[in-house]
This record gives sequence, structure tokens and C-alpha cells, in this order.
Amino acid sequence: METPEQIRDRLLARFPGAEISVVANPAPAAQHSLLLGHAPAVEIARFLRDDPTLKLDQCSNVTGIDWPEKEIVETTKSTVPDPAGGPPKVVETKIKRIQPGYLEVVYHLYSIALGHGPVILRLRTGNRTDAVTVPSLTPVWRACEFQEREVFDLFGVVLTGHPDLRRILMWDAFKDFPMRRDYVAPDDYEWEPTPHGDVLEKAKRHYPVPPAAAPVAPAAQEAPKA
Amino acid sequence: MSDNPSAPTPGITQQERDELRRQGILLTSIQELYTWGSSHSVWPLNFGLACCAIEMIAASMAKFDIARFGSEVFRPSPRQADLLIVSGTVTKKMAPQVVRLWDQMPEPKYCIAMGACAISGGPFKQGYNVLKGIDRYIPVDIYIPGCPPRPEALLHGLVQLQEKIRGFKLTGPDAPRHLRADLPCDYPVPEFGAHDLEPPANPDVWKAPVLVRNEKA
Repeated sequence: METPEQIRDRLLARFPGAEISVVANPAPAAQHSLLLGHAPAVEIARFLRDDPTLKLDQCSNVTGIDWPEKEIVETTKSTVPDPAGGPPKVVETKIKRIQPGYLEVVYHLYSIALGHGPVILRLRTGNRTDAVTVPSLTPVWRACEFQEREVFDLFGVVLTGHPDLRRILMWDAFKDFPMRRDYVAPDDYEWEPTPHGDVLEKAKRHYPVPPAAAPVAPAAQEAPKA
Repeated sequence: MSDNPSAPTPGITQQERDELRRQGILLTSIQELYTWGSSHSVWPLNFGLACCAIEMIAASMAKFDIARFGSEVFRPSPRQADLLIVSGTVTKKMAPQVVRLWDQMPEPKYCIAMGACAISGGPFKQGYNVLKGIDRYIPVDIYIPGCPPRPEALLHGLVQLQEKIRGFKLTGPDAPRHLRADLPCDYPVPEFGAHDLEPPANPDVWKAPVLVRNEKA
């Protein structure tokens, strides 16, 4: 199968001006993916499905990723010559910048006809609050329908062009998006025998250690005598 | 009835009753007859939620044979069922339907929470979408721990339920819910709220557990 770079070059030749870039995966799996712009995404998907050398006829998986807003500190080193004539000083300047958050929809494509894959597509939203639309690929691969509904349900990505975009797992009146990183679950903790991690923090909040429990108990026992 | 040796029969001992029975005279009371009959004809609702339901099905098949205990008649309608076996994970989306099924069952009715999920949410207890125990909305008679419990455990739970039914009194303050006018026996179906079920638990049925700390520790 072609590498993602080869696919990108072919796509750029076929769709001039389209935003297509390769997102490298530094992990040993090295499954690099193609990040597509919104405008020609459906046409690109249809091309990938029908192209005789790729024939990506199966969309096996659609999932979402939440990338929250992130503060990135960049350190740049510069040498400043010492006016007194000594050795030049190395000065570190730190620049903080906020990388805005966004939501991502990921498609894993395989070819049943040619027996290769996966080719991974990514679509990104503008941000996490109001520009949360990406084009739906359900018109190209019908198998995406339920999984795109799941991405809509759990991440809140609005997939334009989807034939039936409703919640699929949670109920219709539900307002939250539970798979987002900043989701706060309803606080209905109850006692657990061996809490640890986040659950231990909840346990401490709901069942605080009673203040000075030991001295109070003997006094309570003595009270009926007096 | 030798099934219930502890049943009170004033003026006559169990030994004398057994002797009479050997002579062909059956001495009993309406209460014993009623509870004996109802304990041996507990008809479960044909209702499964998750993997525990597979064990429930296995319990009804030939190898384990729940028919030995009179509960082989799995009813497809809640109107004909006596026993709700909550066999598996109850998601928050499913919980109103479970409570509605319970409301549709006629009294006397019993509930078995089968498996860790039905008891407390089990491995999904910290999840946003799983009800942390069906006892938040329904009065549970028997809890069967396990993940999932084996069919023997379900049969043991059924026998425990039968013993509980045989201990029922027909009158007085110890009578079960369906024989008393002063106890409420309607269980409101929770609504789907914006963030959680409304209410998150039925306060008449369930209260959050209180942690009793060991003061020496």
C-alpha cells in the first residue's frame, strides 16, 4: 500500500488547494494519519473509496478525540556577549503560548477488495465550544452512521450532512458530553471499602475524618451516668 | 408441613405434629399453607440485562434445572410474574424501564439483585452511565454477589428467598408489604434529567450508606 505521504501527494495533485497534511505518529506503531480540511473532505473520501489502487471500501472505525486547551512553554537559548569582555552569557527566554483546544474525528479505512489498510483520516473542529462542526462521511461509507452518532453523543461534534444526527447511547434530554476531558460526572459517590486514586479523593470529600472522634466517644458514654 | 419446623402452632409441639402426620393426619394453618404454596411457585420474569442473564438461562436448563424449586415458569409478561431477577448491569438509560416493569408486576412480588452490577454498579460503579445498584429504586429482597454468580448461587438465592417467604406472617406488623395498608407500594419511575436521572435515588427505598469508622484505628 502507498505511504500516507504518497497518498497526500496524489490527493494534492487531484485536489489542488486542498488542506491535506500528514500527522506523524511517533509511537512504534507508526500509524501516520492524514489531516483533512473541511471543504473537500467528502470528495476526498469518495476518491479514496473509488480509486483503483486504494479501494478503501470499508470504514471500520470512527472515533473522537478531545484535545483541550494547552499551555505550551517554549524555551529559546540565545548568547549575549558580555560587555565586560568575559565569555558570552547564555540567556534562556521562555515564551508561553496557549494552544487552543479542538475536537477531532478519526476514521480508520481498510480495503476488503485489495486486503490492505488502515488509512487513517482526521478531521478537526475549529474549537471546543461554538465551531464544532465537521463534514460527515456517512454519505461515502454508510457504516459510519452509528459511530458518527456516537461521536456526536459523547464528544459533541456536529457532523454536517449526517442523515440522522441524534444521541445514540445517552438519552435525548442529556446535556453533557461525557467523553470530553472536562466532563464532570454527577456527584453520587457512595462508600467503597478500598478506594484509591480519584475515588480516594471523592471518598475523602464525602466521608471526611470526623474531627477529634476519639475524645468525643468516652464523653458520650459518661453522659448517661451524670 | 415439615418445610417449616419453626412455624408457631400454639399448644402442640413439632414432635406431636410429626407423629400425627405419620398417622395420616395433616395439621396446618392457613398461614403455613399460604406461604408454603407461594414459596414454591415463584415465577420469574423472563428478563435479562447482561452476562448474568446467561447464567440465569443456564440455571433454567436441564443441568441446573430451576424447575426443582418451582421457578421454571419464566413469564414473558410482568403481569404474570412474581420475581424480578435483575440480572446484569443497569444503565441509567435502562433504569426507568426496569422500574416500570417492577411497577407492572402484581403484588406479592420479589426482587433479586443478581451480580455485582445489579447490587452496586460493580466494575462500572465509577462510570457516568451506570446505575449504582438497582436498590436505589426498587426494594431488593436477595442480593447474590458474583461476577457473574454461578447458577448454583442463583439457586441458593432462590432458596433463601423461599425461606424468607415462608417466614412471612399474614397479619400483624411483621406482615409483608402487600398485606399491609399502611405501607406504600408504588415506586415512581425516574425521569431522564439534563445530567442524571431525576431523582438519582428513591429516598423511600434507599439511603446512602453511612461509614462507621473504627475508632481504635
